[in-house]
Amino acid sequence: MTTLTDPPKASFRLSMLIYDSRYRSITIQVVALIGFLIGIAWLVNNTLQNLDALGKTIEFGFLKDPSGYDINQRLIEYTSRSTHARAAFVGLLNTLLVAVMGCVLATTIGVFVGVMRLSKNWLVAKVMTVYVETLRNVPVLLWIVFLMAILSETMPKLKDYKTGAANMLFGNSIAITNRGVYVPEPLFSRSLGDVTVLKGIYNDSFYFGVSLDLIAILAVFIGGLLISKLIKRRADVIQAATGDRPATWYLRLGVIVVPTLIVLILLGFHLGFPELKGFNFRGGIHMRNSLVALWIALSLYTAAFIAEIVRAGIMAISKGQTEAAAALGLRANKIMSLVVLPQALRIIFPPLISQYLNLTKNTSLAIAVGYMDITGTLGGITMNQTGRELECVLLLMLIYLVISLSISSVMNWYNERVKLTER
Amino acid sequence: MKKSVFFGALTVASLAAGAVAAGTMDDVKARGKLNCGVSTGLVGFAAPDANGTWNGFDVGVCRAVAAAVLGDPTAIEFVPTTGKTRFTALASGEVDMLARNTTWTFTRDVDLKFEFVGVNYYDGQGFMAPKSLGVTSAKDLDGATVCIQTGTTTELNLADFFRSNNMSYEPVPIETNAEAQQQYLSGACDVLTTDASGLAATRASFENPKDHVILPEIISKEPLGPLVRHGDNQWGDLVRWTLNALISAEELGITSANIDELAKGTNNPEINRILGTEGDLGAMLGLDKQWAYRAIKAGGNYGELFEKNIGENTPIGLARGLNAQWKDGGLIYSPPFR
Repeated sequence: MTTLTDPPKASFRLSMLIYDSRYRSITIQVVALIGFLIGIAWLVNNTLQNLDALGKTIEFGFLKDPSGYDINQRLIEYTSRSTHARAAFVGLLNTLLVAVMGCVLATTIGVFVGVMRLSKNWLVAKVMTVYVETLRNVPVLLWIVFLMAILSETMPKLKDYKTGAANMLFGNSIAITNRGVYVPEPLFSRSLGDVTVLKGIYNDSFYFGVSLDLIAILAVFIGGLLISKLIKRRADVIQAATGDRPATWYLRLGVIVVPTLIVLILLGFHLGFPELKGFNFRGGIHMRNSLVALWIALSLYTAAFIAEIVRAGIMAISKGQTEAAAALGLRANKIMSLVVLPQALRIIFPPLISQYLNLTKNTSLAIAVGYMDITGTLGGITMNQTGRELECVLLLMLIYLVISLSISSVMNWYNERVKLTER
Repeated sequence: MKKSVFFGALTVASLAAGAVAAGTMDDVKARGKLNCGVSTGLVGFAAPDANGTWNGFDVGVCRAVAAAVLGDPTAIEFVPTTGKTRFTALASGEVDMLARNTTWTFTRDVDLKFEFVGVNYYDGQGFMAPKSLGVTSAKDLDGATVCIQTGTTTELNLADFFRSNNMSYEPVPIETNAEAQQQYLSGACDVLTTDASGLAATRASFENPKDHVILPEIISKEPLGPLVRHGDNQWGDLVRWTLNALISAEELGITSANIDELAKGTNNPEINRILGTEGDLGAMLGLDKQWAYRAIKAGGNYGELFEKNIGENTPIGLARGLNAQWKDGGLIYSPPFR
């Protein structure tokens, strides 16, 4: 029988925190953490003390007061009697509007340019190269200001429409002026009305109406899509069983289009055309120059980056894939859409997310052209009129943080779904 | 152990440093330069000329203060500020005073913790429109597109005016006066609104000033004046009484031409007190006897500054109106020097 004894345990000494490699890394981390926390505490304390010396306190009560200013572009009801919080909400919606429009257009242009840059046609490829290199190598602020200047200096003036020197396009339905573009708006003569939600909260700051017309149309449209999917599945079953695929395209199109059309007619859908009355065009949707300039500039700029991402994604797919697809007899465009792009998407997605985030954050340059996004309302006029810089900027940072995190979590969820499952 | 003591000491030291605030006058004297916040360029009020020298009515106030404190009207660092940045610049100490057509309002005085030291121009908000638009009154502007400088009281007045008259309008917010001009001239807005003096100054810089009218309605009271931070009364007093010295000088007939003559002594005790030949008002401000003499000499009295920069003989062509001395039926009035 052998007896095993534990080796003698060295008693813990303070110097071991530095000289014993088992503890050293923990010691360093704890010291660094304490230093970091002290640094933060000092910054916060210093800020509060200096604010106190100026006689200012941090409070957000001003958000409940009437704002007193008007905002030209508003997606929800707003008057100068509404609260500062509501002005911020109007600004937030404007930010989201231009961000969403920008992401859609940037993706469309970006994919197109990225694919075209790989074209075998020398001229097309070079033109796309020039596009990418000029767009992405000039600061986006300059593009925004440049586009705005072009729009307000070169588009027809309003008085040209009065004197007849300029005419509306497409049968008096679209007017392009140096104040913006007026396009027809959808109207419903037998409208179902709106449901107002969030009324009465925080001095009526966050209520908005949801159009029942839109919900009805969407419901019917989505229902049509689902039925069309069922028809496709049935066709698949028949094809698997008999080898013949029944022609279903007219059925599938019909179940989407016909019910939607019926709903539109029931609701009394018609277009409201812009008309020149008094100082301005009335009626129709007014897309202000500030919106157009910001939207186009942000889209073109971000599209240049997206194009590079798309090109990289496509080039990362091995040539063998293309050749194999060609050997199967697929045509070039089919190869691209069925074989290369689906695989490239997996590579494209992660960097694409960060481009969407960039575009969204870049919308804060809106103030350069007087677009009333949240930086223009909460971080601009509200901040100025109330003098609450710290509160407004903190709120702004928080809001942008929430928007960005939401976008990236949605995109990451999608990325998780499409990524290659490796076994 | 030693590290945490060090951090603790650092924290205490830096907290103590953060709380100290020196007197503005001492700061200015130590620096040898006055930091004066002005507008980014409004002809007649504050704009740099071809040589980069700032000139104008508001600039005149800065020069008078610099002359009074430092004895040199050119020892100034002009800091151009927009409607948005001006208050932050003043509150943070980037500038010692603002002389930038800023309206004296309750919230700015009380809530933003500033001290308006007086009024150097009584103004009101007006509208400018091209003659070809055929508008004769602001009441005809229903539905018009209006260019406004954002971050100013004009934004709020405009909302109130249209609201109380039951009219609609489309505001186009703009950051600086130069952009406002460009947007207005390109026809992106129908009318331009700001203080009437600002409109006159802007119109003067147009190629064809005659093609534009300033509508008769004045929709607000805009008392414009220099301001300083709350809580430094010595500095506030100095700027206030420098402005008053300019105003009193006009009332008493002290001009930059005759000031040397008058400074030898006169029969009027108030003139003597201002110019330092009798009593010692300067010592009470923490300055020498000659402070007001230098301030007036720098650019002339209030009336001279007005005539030289924005008066009827300049392209801007503003009449004295409300800004005449109280004896002539205006509102310009200085408390007595005694």
